[in-house]
Amino acid sequence: MSLVLAHNKRDSRILAQKLAFAAVALIAAAVVIPILGLFGFIAFQGASKVNWDFLTKNPSALDASGGIFPAIIGTAWLIVFTILLAMPLGVIGAVYLTEYGGRSKLVTLVRAAIVNLAGVPSIVHGLFGLGCFVFFVGGSIDRIILRTSKPVWGQPCLLWGACTLAVVILPIVIKSTEEALAAVPKSFREGSQALGATKWETIRRIILPAALPEILTGAVLGIGRATGETAPVMLTCAASFKPTLPQGLGDQAMLLPYHLYFVVTQVPNAKMDTKSAIALVLISFVAASSIVVILLRSKFKKARKW
Amino acid sequence: MVKPMPDHPSTTIEPGASIDSEVADMTTQRPSPQPGRGKLSARGVDFFYGSFRALTGVSLEAYSNEITALIGPSGCGKSTFLRVFNRMNDEIPGAKITGKVTLDDEDIYHKSVDVATLRKKIGMVFQKANPFPKSIFENVVYGPRVHGEKNRAVLRDTAEKYLRKAALWDEVKDKLNESAFALSGGQQQRLCIARSLAVEPEVLLMDEPTSALDPNATFKIEELMKELKQDLTVVIVTHNMQQASRVSDKTAFFLLGEMIEHGDTEKIFTVPHDQRTEDYISGRFG
Repeated sequence: MSLVLAHNKRDSRILAQKLAFAAVALIAAAVVIPILGLFGFIAFQGASKVNWDFLTKNPSALDASGGIFPAIIGTAWLIVFTILLAMPLGVIGAVYLTEYGGRSKLVTLVRAAIVNLAGVPSIVHGLFGLGCFVFFVGGSIDRIILRTSKPVWGQPCLLWGACTLAVVILPIVIKSTEEALAAVPKSFREGSQALGATKWETIRRIILPAALPEILTGAVLGIGRATGETAPVMLTCAASFKPTLPQGLGDQAMLLPYHLYFVVTQVPNAKMDTKSAIALVLISFVAASSIVVILLRSKFKKARKW
Repeated sequence: MVKPMPDHPSTTIEPGASIDSEVADMTTQRPSPQPGRGKLSARGVDFFYGSFRALTGVSLEAYSNEITALIGPSGCGKSTFLRVFNRMNDEIPGAKITGKVTLDDEDIYHKSVDVATLRKKIGMVFQKANPFPKSIFENVVYGPRVHGEKNRAVLRDTAEKYLRKAALWDEVKDKLNESAFALSGGQQQRLCIARSLAVEPEVLLMDEPTSALDPNATFKIEELMKELKQDLTVVIVTHNMQQASRVSDKTAFFLLGEMIEHGDTEKIFTVPHDQRTEDYISGRFG
């Protein structure tokens, strides 16, 4: 038998392969083009407006003139507090679910709740944050501890915004931490326990450090989600116009996504370049904070080879 | 808590030392294993994974300063049996064990036994070297650290002592802070042995410790085992019958979850009682 295929047969098979590759490439392009288009469009329209003054000056009036400095700082603070709340809670939750929960009905229920929490519309989170954190928790602090009728904690502020956003990103953090813990080779666990380490010692000294890079992936995803959310912070944290920096957790703050929303919907005749400039800064903020965590992650990843 | 008990009967007993007559009898009579006299002892052990019966009525004694080899074809239950001794099977959902297993005559499955303390006394080396994703130094001192040692100088001495014991010191002394994964397979396995020794166990269980290694690395580990039995009770699972005959003092042959035959390695390999043992060691199956 000859190794050379009959001409017609070979042509048809090669043609089929070419068609398949072309289709795959086309579909890939169809996914990439809108993303590039979006970034390109925003950058093209907004870049000219983004300059030092825009980034570092306070807004001068409700008409979107001036800079967006307080919104950048407000978002930065909010994200820091959100991550500080969500990461420990999420990691502890995931450790419980994967290491201690077993297969009890309670764990099944908790897992279902987490999945559903991820599907809750963000405005519902906002309403929940307003009712639970601002009115109930904050209001109770004012009434019972501070005994004041003038709201101190019972009003939107950075703390309640961070709490609400932490609830929003908790499912992401828990899910990625669970996957991170499950990906740690079983042999590490066995090796540790065979040396007389307890389950907790094994988790603390072996499993968590080994899973840290993947856990940080959850942080990256969480930061991205939390930075862009508008509805949850609209009712719990965001100020429309506040040309001063937040002084503490009890302050309302301007926030990038809410500022964009405000300018787009509430400022008549706002220029397109201003809107795009805010969007560009918002996207860059997400990218920059993700890069910081990704660098951190690769630093931890470098230390291991398995 | 597992109470410390004196090693007997096969630890060397000086002439004239005052010991109870029972033990003295044992030392003179030994080779043939008698129930209840080993450092490590299993009596009538049945083991189930869910409804699957992995071990049926296994009884075995493992003596101090000896290497006991468990041999048999894949799936015969020898690894399961090895893991009975440090209760590694506890972690498997649906696992169930009946029968009695003792260390120095103390029931290791008694509900008052702390598993972590038990595993400190009964160390284990796994089939595939499993160093932690840490430095060589941190791997060796992991056990001592877990058990409360914080003094840096003590830990350093510990690391050197057990790396020397595991015949690895000369190869790694200049790179203690490098990742354990930078070592070769054989070095990693010796590191794991050093790591096990560093918690000062009385028994060392080895689950096919050389099956992933080349002949040279295997040779080093076999030499090491012979050293280790000076201080320890060693139980080794092996697929390699030459290995069993080279290193072990006693051999137990497993088949389909039952222990078919157990005795002096020399006898098992030269004049086995059971036809199935003979068939296996002569390579007719397995």
